[in-house]
Amino acid sequence: MTGLPLKVRLLTAVVIVSNVLGNLVLSAGMKDSASWQVVFSPLVLLGVALLILWVLSRMTLLSWADLSYVLPVTSFGYVLSALAARFLLAESITPWRWAGTLLIIAGICVVGTTAPKTGER
Amino acid sequence: MNNWLLVALIVASTAGSDVLQSMEMKRHARSSIGSAAKHLFQRPLLLLSIVFMAVSFFGFLLLLRAADLSFAVPATAASFVVETVLARTVLKEQVDARRWAGALLVACGVVLLAV
Repeated sequence: MTGLPLKVRLLTAVVIVSNVLGNLVLSAGMKDSASWQVVFSPLVLLGVALLILWVLSRMTLLSWADLSYVLPVTSFGYVLSALAARFLLAESITPWRWAGTLLIIAGICVVGTTAPKTGER
Repeated sequence: MNNWLLVALIVASTAGSDVLQSMEMKRHARSSIGSAAKHLFQRPLLLLSIVFMAVSFFGFLLLLRAADLSFAVPATAASFVVETVLARTVLKEQVDARRWAGALLVACGVVLLAV
């Protein structure tokens, strides 16, 4: 992300981190209980709060950069989610899933070399 | 409900939500998260985008109950390719060859994650 304005880089980081943490906490929370009341458990509510932060910061980022830039760049969160799932939720991840992760990183890097707004070079 | 049907529902409503938000936020750019939050309640298309997001989110909650996080999150990334196409056709963004290549790589990665 070299060459991008600092505010874009910082906001991108907020978008990614709030997404990963929110999903992680939500995943743990949703599996905790069989009843529908699980949606009101502390973990699920925390996950929701983090995802609300994600929504708002992402909306702001979308006003500064193209959707076709924002989507792949912030999808780095998918990679972080896989790592969190493996090391924090003890999910087993096949080599196919790790390979897919590398392809996603590659796609992100390719898009990351393009300017956020079309018309800039 | 079948997991892949849930994924399709999530992908469709996410794409709808993102396109609406991108369209609206470009028309009325906001300088901070706080003012984006205030702006949200003044624009019907933004509120509709939140409805789509709610549908997507509840689908995602159901998916998280039934499947691994390491499946659920990447499977919903399938919306990438749909959204890049919509960015070009609906939002008239100039999606250059490199972005198409990047989106394609992400799509292939998502497919592998789902194997």
